[in-house]
Amino acid sequence: MRSNNNIILETTIKVVLFIIVLFSVYIFFAGHYYPGGGFIGGLMTSGAIVLLLIAYDIKTVATILPVNYRTMTGIGLLFAIGTSAGSLLFNVPFLTHAFGHIEVPVLGEISLHTATLFDLGVYLVVVGVTMTIIQTIGEDE
Amino acid sequence: MMLDIVIRIALFCLALAMVALIYRVIKGPSMPDRIIALDAIGINLVAIIALISIELRTNAFLEIILLIGILAFIGTVAFAKYLEKEVLFERERDQ
Repeated sequence: MRSNNNIILETTIKVVLFIIVLFSVYIFFAGHYYPGGGFIGGLMTSGAIVLLLIAYDIKTVATILPVNYRTMTGIGLLFAIGTSAGSLLFNVPFLTHAFGHIEVPVLGEISLHTATLFDLGVYLVVVGVTMTIIQTIGEDE
Repeated sequence: MMLDIVIRIALFCLALAMVALIYRVIKGPSMPDRIIALDAIGINLVAIIALISIELRTNAFLEIILLIGILAFIGTVAFAKYLEKEVLFERERDQ
């Protein structure tokens, strides 16, 4: 028999988790012209993972998301530095970004930015660092 | 303008409630008092931001409302679990 019975929390989080992750993806892509961006999107995603860790346990979450957060931080830094240094190839200053309006069959005209790739790097770094810190502080001995 | 006056009065009431809640967070005799006061501060913040975005006639703050709601929920859940179990993340829960 289970000694801890937190079925309300577990059932709630199964629903709420998807809302939070969807909101973080929305706020990540909204980040160029409206409030939002990689940093706050990453914080929301790590908030969702923290909720999973609270409702379940570290072993279950490691089975669901087999991600090494330190590697994730490294990949994010690589993305951020790569998109920043890529501007040096075109003989423009460091961190210069390019954008253009591109016609997409279903969605119509959308504007694509290389700043989104930089933001993806920021997102990965924020999720990786936050989860590393929280897991190190919060786990029991 | 009628709506303007109503919004000002509501903002004043919410500010008074905020002061009372901060008193409860600092003074609160027990830990659950403080946690409930923090949760109520989050909800009060949502209300204040909603009223201000009506006042300024903008919808730029609507994401912030959702964000504060989610963060207050996560914080309350984490505090509640810490009070109940003394540990936040279990390595392996007993099934």
